Amino acid sequence: MGTLLEVNNLKTYFFMQDGVTKAVDGISYDLQEGETLGLVGESGCGKSVSALSVMRLIAWPPGRTVEGEAIFDGEDLLKMDNNEMRRIRGNRMSMVFQEPMTSLNPVLTIGRQLTETLELHLKMDKSAARNRAAELLQMVGIPEAASRLNDYPHQFSGGMRQRVMIAMAISCNPRLIIADEPTTALDVTIQAQILELMKGLCKQLGTALIVITHNLGVVARYADRVNVMYAGKIIERGTAKEIYHNPKHPYTLGLLRSVPRLDEPKKQKLDPIEGIPPDLMNLPPGCSFRPRCHYAIDKCAVEEPLLEPVADSNRHTSACWVAGKLSAKKDT
Amino acid sequence: MVQTTDNVLIDVQNMKKYFPVTQGVVFQKKVADIKAVDGVSFTIHKGETLGLVGESGCGKTTTGRCILQLYKVTEGDVYFEGENLCTMKSTALRSMRRRMQIIFQDPYGSLNPRMTCGNIIGEPLIVHKMVSNRNEYREQVTELLNIVGLNPYMADRYPHEFSGGQRQRIGVARALAVKPSFIVCDEPVSALDVSIQAQIINLLEELQEQFDLTYLFIAHDLSVVRHISDRIAVMYLGHIVELADRQELYENPLHPYTKALLSAVPIPDPILETTRSRIILIGDVPSPLHPPSGCVFHTRCPIAIDECSAAIPEFRNMGNDHWVACIRV
Ligand SMILES: Nc1ncnc2c1ncn2[C@@H]1O[C@H](COP(=O)(O)OP(=O)(O)OP(=O)(O)O)[C@@H](O)[C@H]1O
Ligand SMILES: Nc1ncnc2c1ncn2[C@@H]1O[C@H](COP(=O)(O)OP(=O)(O)OP(=O)(O)O)[C@@H](O)[C@H]1O
Ligand code: SF4
Ligand SMILES: [Mg+2]
Ligand SMILES: [Mg+2]
Repeated sequence: MGTLLEVNNLKTYFFMQDGVTKAVDGISYDLQEGETLGLVGESGCGKSVSALSVMRLIAWPPGRTVEGEAIFDGEDLLKMDNNEMRRIRGNRMSMVFQEPMTSLNPVLTIGRQLTETLELHLKMDKSAARNRAAELLQMVGIPEAASRLNDYPHQFSGGMRQRVMIAMAISCNPRLIIADEPTTALDVTIQAQILELMKGLCKQLGTALIVITHNLGVVARYADRVNVMYAGKIIERGTAKEIYHNPKHPYTLGLLRSVPRLDEPKKQKLDPIEGIPPDLMNLPPGCSFRPRCHYAIDKCAVEEPLLEPVADSNRHTSACWVAGKLSAKKDT
Repeated sequence: MVQTTDNVLIDVQNMKKYFPVTQGVVFQKKVADIKAVDGVSFTIHKGETLGLVGESGCGKTTTGRCILQLYKVTEGDVYFEGENLCTMKSTALRSMRRRMQIIFQDPYGSLNPRMTCGNIIGEPLIVHKMVSNRNEYREQVTELLNIVGLNPYMADRYPHEFSGGQRQRIGVARALAVKPSFIVCDEPVSALDVSIQAQIINLLEELQEQFDLTYLFIAHDLSVVRHISDRIAVMYLGHIVELADRQELYENPLHPYTKALLSAVPIPDPILETTRSRIILIGDVPSPLHPPSGCVFHTRCPIAIDECSAAIPEFRNMGNDHWVACIRV
């Protein structure tokens, strides 16, 4: 297994009338072939923008990727011309969004939307594409797949539309699928169906997966490695086990303590993170998390901590001046 | 029948709410019924939190609104301290209303954008004639802001100037203004980020203790419901299929739907997750316009037998106040 994607110092800013929103501000990570990476963090921390930047789907104005590299299969996506990029998107890498209704074309049949990409990217003829489309729908668990090719998106339930999106995403055997909150709009039991399906297909096809979500449980269940984001930066990165059982950033620790767990033995008080995330247009100096951090020392207000290996593992990284002193146990 | 059990605040008996589906513009002819709530029975004890969990459209909000008489029930009864709200005269009901409040999911949509935060919180004080002069009004609004953790100087701001979590605090303060004994919390934290969600959950718990409140806590997130509730009712397609103590429901779920729901909720613990069994339900939730016959869950149930589609299973007490509606347990 080799490295499929390597993102280096990626910065995407939105140039607004009242200032510059640093939505993604210098993130670096790698993704191995076939790996599942979880991307977590609260609303507005830059999860979607970081994914859209890699896919080159940031619209100018007001947004632009101002710096960085995204090396995919040895080539920098950010240096490609639009035609090359279009060939890669939906072919070697594809995306699944939260709201399938907005990404499906309401006036085209499900069958047509599937065959279109197959004909375009894989150069299939009409009948081969149609057969493959039916096969894909069957793979994602749509009953009587062949007869449903003539249906329109509105004739499908939310869960079924998301299955169609997954069918489209895998249709060209991509190396990478980026799923942005793929199940947030769906019910719990349907969420479970879709995530199991997606994980199963990726495993079967050897596809790497980036799952963006604010649900810490989903990441714990499905991800091999995890990037935790806060205010446009990755503040901690490690294997799922490292992140959940040995967190080395106060924000990660705070997140884990503030979510109720289904297996909580008795009623106990949650330990919320005080305050609210900072305004990305006016970030505080030093560490962005400092105003909400219980562990802050003087240095935190002046100098920005960088993502660095933590003592016991050089693959587990944290951007915090006191990372070495944190332990997952309650300390207050 | 008047309920007199001391510690029961709310007693719901065989409550149904059907929404008519009509056709035609002038003579609106009823063509069908949406069976949003189809015969639910449960009690809520004084000072407890009853959690109501279930998937979108299963009838949670409708249940809450029927209890508060914001919807007229189609059938059945709702007793509040032994008095039947469904048959109460409107003047009597009006004074009862003060004691029952609701907090909504969408903190933005539920606040009037053109009113200041102070007036949003204070309005019910005037409606229910709970203050006699301007000074008293100001004092109480200030106190309410303090109680929910907002700064009194924020009273003159408008909803759009607040964050999601702060707006939810305004909603809580407004509900508290009239000193209710019962609050329906309808997905009060579903729209919030985890760190803010925890702040609001803690606030609701503190207020419950401080003011001896009784909650019906509605949510689709079973982890949140289990955290805050003393007992939990699991709803599916208009029916309560299981009801038990929070610990009992987790350790000893009886209904196949509850089992699937529990297994579908991931726990933020990757080591534990590798050992948990998963029951993946097939298919979608049927429409409440054409609910399946018999047990409404039989179309997706992994252990259904022919008899399941014949009759609606009785909601029975299996001992220990653990109630379940399934013929196979
Ligand atoms: N088109 C845009 N124009 C201006 N600002 C934008 C745009 N898209 C995103 N932003 C800003 O960039 C920041 C990061 O947004 P992003 O959508 O990546 O957040 P997110 O982590 O995906 O949040 P969520 O969990 O709510 O989806 C936000 O502050 C947002 O306001
Ligand atoms: N005012 C109404 N008129 C007609 N149908 C309604 C009305 N309110 C609710 N319904 C229907 O009744 C059913 C139950 O709705 P309800 O809002 O109680 O569900 P819920 O469990 O609160 O769902 P959610 O989790 O999405 O909030 C749904 O099928 C809904 O479409
Ligand atoms: S760097 Fe300082 S402020 Fe930032 S998380 Fe670490 S201790 Fe807290
Ligand atoms: Mg997003
Ligand atoms: Mg509802």
